[in-house]
Amino acid sequence: MTVAALDIVPSAVPTGIARGRGGGGPAPKRTVVAYGFWIFLLSDFVLFSGLFAAYAVLSDQTAGGPTGAELFNLRNVFIETMCLLFSSYTCGLGALSAERRQQGHFLIFAALSFLLGAAFLVIESTEFAGMVSKGAGPSRSAFLSGFFTLVGTHGVHVTGGLLWLVYMVAQVVAKGLRPHVLRRLLCWSLFWHALDIVWVGVFTLVYLMGAR
Amino acid sequence: MLGRLSWAAIPLDQPLPLYAMGAVGIVMLVVLGIVTVKGWWPYLWREWLTSVDHKRIGVMYVILGLVMLLRGYSDAIMMRTQQAIAVGDAQGYLPPDHYDQIFSAHGTIMIFFVAMPLVIGLMNFAVPLQLGVRDVAFPTLNSVSFWLTATGSLLINVSLVIGSFSRASWWGYPPLSELAFSPDEGVDYYLWSLQISGIGTLFTGVNFVTTILKLRAPGMLYFRMPVFCWTALAANMLIVAAFPVLTATFAMLLLDRYLGMHFFTNEAGGNQMMYANLFWAWGHPEVYILVLPAFGVFSEVAATFSGKGLFSYRSMVLATLGICILSFMVWLHHFFTMGAGADVNSVFGIMSSIIAVPTGAKVFNWLFTLFRGRIVFTTTVLFLIGFMITFVLGGLTGVLLAVPPVDFVLHNSAFLVAHFHHVIIGGVVFGALAGINYWFPKAFGFTLDERWGKASFWCWLIGFYLAFMPLYVLGLMGMTRRLQHISDPSWQPLLLVAEAGAIVIFLGILCQIAQLYVSIRTRQHRRDLTGDPWNGRTLEWATSSPPPAYNFAVLPSVETIDAFWNMKRKGLPPAEPAYQAIEMPRNSPIGFIIAFLAAVTGFALIWHIWWIVILGLLAAAVTVLVFGWSENREHEISANEMARIEQARLGLGRPA
Repeated sequence: MTVAALDIVPSAVPTGIARGRGGGGPAPKRTVVAYGFWIFLLSDFVLFSGLFAAYAVLSDQTAGGPTGAELFNLRNVFIETMCLLFSSYTCGLGALSAERRQQGHFLIFAALSFLLGAAFLVIESTEFAGMVSKGAGPSRSAFLSGFFTLVGTHGVHVTGGLLWLVYMVAQVVAKGLRPHVLRRLLCWSLFWHALDIVWVGVFTLVYLMGAR
Repeated sequence: MLGRLSWAAIPLDQPLPLYAMGAVGIVMLVVLGIVTVKGWWPYLWREWLTSVDHKRIGVMYVILGLVMLLRGYSDAIMMRTQQAIAVGDAQGYLPPDHYDQIFSAHGTIMIFFVAMPLVIGLMNFAVPLQLGVRDVAFPTLNSVSFWLTATGSLLINVSLVIGSFSRASWWGYPPLSELAFSPDEGVDYYLWSLQISGIGTLFTGVNFVTTILKLRAPGMLYFRMPVFCWTALAANMLIVAAFPVLTATFAMLLLDRYLGMHFFTNEAGGNQMMYANLFWAWGHPEVYILVLPAFGVFSEVAATFSGKGLFSYRSMVLATLGICILSFMVWLHHFFTMGAGADVNSVFGIMSSIIAVPTGAKVFNWLFTLFRGRIVFTTTVLFLIGFMITFVLGGLTGVLLAVPPVDFVLHNSAFLVAHFHHVIIGGVVFGALAGINYWFPKAFGFTLDERWGKASFWCWLIGFYLAFMPLYVLGLMGMTRRLQHISDPSWQPLLLVAEAGAIVIFLGILCQIAQLYVSIRTRQHRRDLTGDPWNGRTLEWATSSPPPAYNFAVLPSVETIDAFWNMKRKGLPPAEPAYQAIEMPRNSPIGFIIAFLAAVTGFALIWHIWWIVILGLLAAAVTVLVFGWSENREHEISANEMARIEQARLGLGRPA
């Protein structure tokens, strides 16, 4: 039996029925890319869940050093959180503009998302620097190791997301909102929203529960 | 300038690794010399090193696994020999420090760089063909995955000549693996090589989950997929769900070692048992990442060679998914002695025993598939039968160990060593070898020699029993694992038997090399001109052997399970196909480049050479940015061109 013997016309399958059950043949590229990226994001959530678990185990191991209640400033954290959440909102608006091929609107929303994300990072790094200067750095206690690693990994993701956004804006400006650019933008916005989801966990578990 | 690296890192005082590496170096130079003299570099670069074809990548994975099997085996025979002779007054030939590195390297290599590449290689090769599609979802990423895995194994081998490897065993438990007790580069070699290859494995997981769920031939509903695809789906879901835990755990240990943090240290509130928990939250699913694809291979083999459909396909799928879920609920049985208490231990003991239920269902399914089948006793089927017997016995000792009071007696003993080799050799290795014998003709267009294949099977089977049954007894006699010196002379006879078994296994490996050699020499007589040498049932046999780069000129249309069998039964479809234009991914050097940079950066991280680390990371970032800008990653083959290629290919036939 050879390849030549395989030539059944694909339309032999009633696609209308089959597609719903996954029998309609390979999915379009946009679906495949977004789906694959979601799977990758799921794995990123698992990575964070490992760090969350470690933090939860170590959160009361302060080794005589400062506790969360002494270190955390909930007002700053709230501002920080709002920056990130609103940057997600503007990211969503940007995605809608991109879908409608409104390049100017997209660029405005991208700039807003970038500024809000950068503000988040500034507040976070100020918090980190303040803690380190008080002698509460990551090697002070197991609690602080867990804190800096969990929150810092999220911060590294945000930094990566901002660099990626700059790169995507460059692609949009240079090439316009072509299909392959739109696919990459879709991945970026999924990434940006995913960081919000992680941050909701950080805000709750680390700051709200730790500041008591 | 060079961080901690100095001439003292070359172990001139230990001649053994230097001789070994000298020999390996000479072999590599000879191979590179031949390739250069014959002018094969352009071909290798174009067709293999930069290939994004899932079949080529699969073959490269399997070659990597087999080469590393030789390395892992040489570690094994060195340990067996040391234990067989270092009894009583004799001290053997391996000093403790070197022995500790050997058992650490043996476990690390066998799991990460032998078993993983073998099963991932088989999945790479077979899954897209079985699904009736042209490639995986992200072909370039697939190439990156492979090269990152290769980088990890390169770094582990570099530790032979430059510096030393970890002495903290293949799981690297703290506090031993912490800076305070392992201050040199050994643990860093272990951690960085596994971090780098782990990223590659994670990409594989993402790639294959997407491929199986989103890219299937028209009509290939979930419940029409071959069982191997189901097991590959389960294994890759486990990769996605488990490997990030390992990455996070190793990252924490690295932070402890590099930045003085306190996740797992003795002081400042660190928690060593958290490492054990996190490690095995990855480690137990990992067992099933390895063995589920092996189950898949055996399912295909059982159905094909008994000429019947698989018995109870649906229960096979359910059992696979059941094992997939249960595998996340048993990790604590790796450390019942942690002191979690009777209640916790009971729960995990019961959960561990419950896994035997779906596994048992699978064994019955294979048995009933064979029952009253017209069984063809090829090498592959011998591995299937050897597997069923061996794996059931190994599984039973596992159920024994799942009983916490028994585990308290037997944990860390040679009994445990015997148990996990029993299931990994009997399950994963036999499965991989069966898969290689089964799909080899599809990959290369000619079958493997049966006589040498059967000889290798018998050597593996007999060698395995000789090597590991004595260890069960020794474990019950009180022998703990990882002994560099045996103080009780009454253990020596059994250790000598185990040594003999290891040598018989080596004969099996030699038979496989002979099998490959003989098969290549006589390939003209063993060409597979039909594309279907075994009277197969699934779609990979519906295309030629070897398949064209695009697998199927026209995607097959699937109406039932065992799609190809159904096509054959209903008669061959008309000969004049309606070709359509297709898109194929272009080859890309990015995997190779990224892996090269990862190797340099990883090496620099191990030796604290920070300027190279920064340069390497910058270069990697630039590479990704350049690739991320590109758009023409596919090239189109037009319908006319397709027809021309196909006619040339099928009309002229294969080279005689």
